[in-house]
Amino acid sequence: MRLHRFVAWFAPAVVVGGCATQTYSPPTEEETRAVIRAGFHDRGIAKVDRLNQTDLQASCSKYHNKPPEDVRARLQQAAGATVKYPADGKWLGDFKQGERIAQTGVGLQWTDGPTTVNGGNCYACHQLTKEEISYGNIGPSLYQYAKVRGTGEDTMRYTWGKIWNTHAYNACSQMPRFGDAGILTEEQIKHVMALLLDPNSPVNK
Amino acid sequence: MIHESAGARRRLLAGCVLTMVSAVVAAQSNTMDEIARYRQMLQDGNPAELLIARGEELWKTPRGPRNASLEQCDLGLGPGVVKGAYARLPRYFADADQVLDFEGRLVYCMVTLQGVRRGDAVKNPFSGAGQRATDIEAITTYVVDQSRGARIDVPQEHPKEMAAFDRGRYLFYMRGGPYDFACSTCHGADNQRIRLQDLPNFEKTEAAQRAFAQWPAYRVSQGALRTMQWRINDCFRQQRFPEPVFVSQATIDLITFLGVRANGGTMDSPSIKR
Repeated sequence: MRLHRFVAWFAPAVVVGGCATQTYSPPTEEETRAVIRAGFHDRGIAKVDRLNQTDLQASCSKYHNKPPEDVRARLQQAAGATVKYPADGKWLGDFKQGERIAQTGVGLQWTDGPTTVNGGNCYACHQLTKEEISYGNIGPSLYQYAKVRGTGEDTMRYTWGKIWNTHAYNACSQMPRFGDAGILTEEQIKHVMALLLDPNSPVNK
Repeated sequence: MIHESAGARRRLLAGCVLTMVSAVVAAQSNTMDEIARYRQMLQDGNPAELLIARGEELWKTPRGPRNASLEQCDLGLGPGVVKGAYARLPRYFADADQVLDFEGRLVYCMVTLQGVRRGDAVKNPFSGAGQRATDIEAITTYVVDQSRGARIDVPQEHPKEMAAFDRGRYLFYMRGGPYDFACSTCHGADNQRIRLQDLPNFEKTEAAQRAFAQWPAYRVSQGALRTMQWRINDCFRQQRFPEPVFVSQATIDLITFLGVRANGGTMDSPSIKR
């Protein structure tokens, strides 16, 4: 493939259908984005404005999720400023409801309705409990989360921030911004927090 | 008739799934081995085979306003040559002045040879759950089967083929939507899984070859033959993107990127998947 490119670039003798010499100049970003924009349409709740990237999305795309140090620091700082901590100061909800949220993957697809209650789909990427063996591995295992990290104020605050906007701690993390992007409500995040941090949660058994 | 047979096969396969579920629970550490065994069991009979005959008939029967068959459709190896053609797509077509994947080329031929209106040709390309396969799905099954064993050789010679690859690569890494996902989120690292589903890493040649070679595929869980355009569509749904337009340049660009990454692999489609 690379050789072919080289040949086409430097030896413009490729004749197609009898036309003249052909040289290759890559499409500009603007041209590329215009083709992509024309290749999608609104369907249900999933509108084409979802193709408009945030600074974080554009930067992480550009650097294939390995940004240079100055960009990394800027993105993390901006993300950190978005985190809203619980208004009543209570970190933990109900771990049983947290487990249901972790199991559920619906929400925000064009097949979902505007009133669909979004799930967190944690198991898609993380191990959480010993009982659920159908878990993904894109994220680290969270089994025994509180046993490993304890339940101190720093852990609570870190975990909340990580769920609300993961990029506060890892600029180009692959995890969704569950709070910042409005995927989960504050109450739902409390339930997920309890799943991770309640000593009675199956995660910590 | 064909559909009923496929239904019977599905019920049989559903029995295998249940057996598998209990086996997985009983032997947690062997989960992945068991899934591999389940996939091996599926290979015993692929309902897609029943679609090949229907697709061939659709290809060869005069139809449409011009009452023409698709036999003179040039898939890149000359009019009427079907054998091995799918493995060399997407590619640039001078008559269309465009890079087209198989499904895009099929629509082009339905319009130019048979006189079908483009809007009609691209309407409802994918069957719903439990529905009879669409004509596009049946024809695609026939044509891809004619490339089984052929070497994947997606060309990068014409400047428009190179541009398709470059735009496809951009789209592959483009994060967007409320989940910030790109294709690369799931398909940019080795040995990743969503739940228990393995995800091919398109940055690695061998994984790309294995994945690209197996589409289109019969999906047991949906009881349907699924094409590459469907595969792209359903990834974007889960990615929380807006819906890709069927055979749009953007989808063809992405398939070009994936295909070039898979070059040198051996086509093994229609395959059968969970």
